[in-house]
Amino acid sequence: MATDVISESGDRSDFWQGVRLSMPVVVASAPFAVLFGALAVDNGFSVLEAFLMSALVYGGASQMVGIQLFGQHVAPWLIVLSIFAVNFRHVLYSAGIGRRIAHWPVIQQVLGYFILTDPQFAVAEARAQSGQTVGFAWYLGLGLPVYLFWIVESALGALFGKLIPDTHALGIDFLLPIYFLGLVLGFRKRPLWLPVVIASAAASIIAYKTVGSPWHVSIGAVAGVLLAVILPPHHSGVKARP
Amino acid sequence: MSTTFWIIIAGAIATYLTRIGGHLVISRFDTIHPRVEAGLNAVPAAVLTTLVAPELLNAGPAEWAALVVTAVVSLRGGLMAMFLAGAAVLIVARQFVG
Repeated sequence: MATDVISESGDRSDFWQGVRLSMPVVVASAPFAVLFGALAVDNGFSVLEAFLMSALVYGGASQMVGIQLFGQHVAPWLIVLSIFAVNFRHVLYSAGIGRRIAHWPVIQQVLGYFILTDPQFAVAEARAQSGQTVGFAWYLGLGLPVYLFWIVESALGALFGKLIPDTHALGIDFLLPIYFLGLVLGFRKRPLWLPVVIASAAASIIAYKTVGSPWHVSIGAVAGVLLAVILPPHHSGVKARP
Repeated sequence: MSTTFWIIIAGAIATYLTRIGGHLVISRFDTIHPRVEAGLNAVPAAVLTTLVAPELLNAGPAEWAALVVTAVVSLRGGLMAMFLAGAAVLIVARQFVG
């Protein structure tokens, strides 16, 4: 009984620790949620449809691409394929995070993968790297506020989108790159960090110029991961196991 | 149900498949080869870099200033301090250089 109480209060403090870490993500993603709602209505979505897309797809960049194509009357299957292409990087995330959350009950894992966004993955991976367990309560504390704010702000943007002031002066178009740069730098102590960053940056810029968006993300990511696979294991700090 | 609705449902399923797919593939193997593990460890830096790098092509003085300050603060501060410092520099710099 006593241990139940301790683990319950531990879960609660883990949850709130996650909530604290979610705050920069909530701030950085807010403008995009509002912008998405406004653009969705502009491109022919109803307010309910904008809300549903945020609640069910829950992937900012892919939602933007989806509504843009929808507005251009592109074939539905091509819109879905584009959403898939933009989100393809998550395959790598789920391959990586699976090692950290394999001890959760299956239903928690099913939910955990649903909210596996860029920051969710990066912050959870950083916690695992620091030697702490990635528990469900902590993970939910990190992800739930971001999700709730995202869907509510999407609906607000859809309802009141026409009132948005000059977004450039407020810098909102560049908030996510700033946040992502901080996340990249947070992993700088990992083996092979610099070579991987250089390979991914070079490959993604070349792909961006040639193949075009959104494929530059997958191509750049694969370049960095492949480099880490190809280099001899003594560089990558992973010991061979029997 | 409207076409829009079905696009949203199909887009949601496609997205969820990407979010669980990598795990479903990896979990089929009993042991993970050291090289695969090295590759998985490189995922955060590799993917997140691709979300930043192309932005540098269009970045002006204000954006560069923000990124440099973000990088410097990240050496010492936490995620929130770094983000707020970078955002503050960006907003102030854009008032001057647009």
